[in-house]
Amino acid sequence: MGNLLEVNDLTIKFRTAKATSTAVRNVSFSLEAGETLCIVGESGSGKSITSLSLMGLLPENGEVSNGSIRLNGEELVGKTEEELRKIRGNEISMIFQEPMTALNPVFTVGYQIQEPLRIHKRMSKQEATVKSVELLKQVGIPNPKEKIHQYPHELSGGMRQRVMIAMALACEPSLLIADEPTTALDVTIQAQILDIMDDLKEEFGMGVVFVTHDMGVVAEIADRVMVMYAGDVIEVNDVQTLFEDPKHPYTKGLLGAVPNVDDETQEMKVIPGSMPSMEDDIPGCRFHPRCPMAMDICKEKKPALIDVGKENAAVRCWLQEVDTNADTTIAASGGFENVLSD
Amino acid sequence: MISFIIRRMGQLVLLLLGISFIVFMSMHIAPGDPATIIGGPTAKESDLEAIREDLGLNKPVFVQYVDYLKGILQGDFGYSYQNSQPVGEAIATRLPNTIKLAVSSMIVAIIIGLIAGMISAMKQNSWLDVTSTTFALVGVSIPNFWLGAMLILVFAVNLQWLPVSGLSEPFYTMDGMKQLVLPSITLGTASAAIIARMSRSSMLEVVKSDYIRTAKAKGVKHKTVIWVHALRNALIPVITVVGINFGALLGGTIITEQVFAINGIGRLMIDAIAARDFPMVQATVLLVASIFVIINLIVDIIYVKVDPRISYE
Repeated sequence: MGNLLEVNDLTIKFRTAKATSTAVRNVSFSLEAGETLCIVGESGSGKSITSLSLMGLLPENGEVSNGSIRLNGEELVGKTEEELRKIRGNEISMIFQEPMTALNPVFTVGYQIQEPLRIHKRMSKQEATVKSVELLKQVGIPNPKEKIHQYPHELSGGMRQRVMIAMALACEPSLLIADEPTTALDVTIQAQILDIMDDLKEEFGMGVVFVTHDMGVVAEIADRVMVMYAGDVIEVNDVQTLFEDPKHPYTKGLLGAVPNVDDETQEMKVIPGSMPSMEDDIPGCRFHPRCPMAMDICKEKKPALIDVGKENAAVRCWLQEVDTNADTTIAASGGFENVLSD
Repeated sequence: MISFIIRRMGQLVLLLLGISFIVFMSMHIAPGDPATIIGGPTAKESDLEAIREDLGLNKPVFVQYVDYLKGILQGDFGYSYQNSQPVGEAIATRLPNTIKLAVSSMIVAIIIGLIAGMISAMKQNSWLDVTSTTFALVGVSIPNFWLGAMLILVFAVNLQWLPVSGLSEPFYTMDGMKQLVLPSITLGTASAAIIARMSRSSMLEVVKSDYIRTAKAKGVKHKTVIWVHALRNALIPVITVVGINFGALLGGTIITEQVFAINGIGRLMIDAIAARDFPMVQATVLLVASIFVIINLIVDIIYVKVDPRISYE
């Protein structure tokens, strides 16, 4: 059986007033049913744009300029708006970051959950009402029969995000895309939402693409992780290996920036510098200006994604080439300055 | 909601009291003696004195004001100084014309304004958008006495499609509707322009919002996204503008009625001011103020229906 989602060589460009710039470069990944892939990166890494492109919901000035996106073997790039519309909310659903603004303030919760059911499953109003109550119960909302008559502003952030999940799962999609669904929520609610998503993923057998910058969330929910930096995939691995043995200096930096409450002597490590914008033309490896281990070759030639040992694991770093040859290891996050020391 | 309406009506009473005081006093402070106008240029001083005595104008101003208020409480707005007609009766015969004019102008303004604004927003930066925003700019800039005169010149005098003036026929007849066309365009254009600009910017903002992206992500049809998900949100600020403009439009009826020789409240007020017809001026101003406040109350009630986040409890 083939993969649920197969993304190959995806390149996304944006037209701006001045020029065309590339937001996402030659991204390839795949996802099996029942698997959760986390796309990790800072703001501007291209992770959200990648996830929006799967839905065909890129902003108006953006377009997929190259590559393919296949869902169950069916090519999505090049489909008409109407063809994509029939897939959205039906086979692929999406949950967004801001539960406060992602729901329409003038319609009841019930109406908004019933909408995809009425559009894609052609349910009658009564059937959709029954189903929406059931969905709200599934995402753990108390008194669902009353809640369907309420408006979004009458619910808390966590409740609204549950409504978003119920809405996304209404048509039992095979692929769920979650764009930082827990970022705007406080930590206890975050954990509840992640639990619900995990349970429902099992129940529906969905594939989940989960976009986040929070390594704690990644550890909780991911099967595999794909790290992006400035439009490039720089490392892919299963979650366990990635956390135990990160290969790319950037991944090490991300992991080093996660505070550990148990370790009182720990000092926060930060990655110096900031993400380049997509207009910046950086020769060689796009991370080299911020990389503590940059070598001469990093400034000149862009490294390829190099397979590391097993299937679906790769890293885009010259050190890796050196590494495989010389068989030396680099201490995790060792190269970063301790900004908070002194 | 009921208690909100009652509270607002209470505020209306206080507001009207204030307005009546200001109008009453400003009429008495302004130069010009009603007695000399009623008596005419040949009247002797003794005649004028008799007239003042008769109208109560020789009493202290505050006593006159209190007498006037007492009259109003009994539903008596006094008699016109010009022709002794009861003020209430004069208003009752003129009010329907003004309402016809104001309502039809507002309908013109809302329909043209909303359509132009929506088209502009949907086809941003196209020639349709440019045309519509130009119309909006010109629309607010043209004074309506000039627009009225030009419309009469073109459509009534030269083309002879529509009548020059008057509003005597019932509005549901063909002739009545024809009479309404030019005045309501004259009066409605400025408001249409403002509504067009507001609905354009409001719609442009709404279509960028997260919940519109959510609707698209659910597979909602483009038309439904625009006309159901976006429009209702975009209308909220437009309703405010419509409400405020209704006030401006009521003021505009004074000029438009003059241009089209319509026997409405506006003309009644102008004539009354010229003749120092105190009771008539006071009553018409109070009437216009009440209508304005009531329109605003209606707007506030409509808010609750459109936006569930608003409540007055």
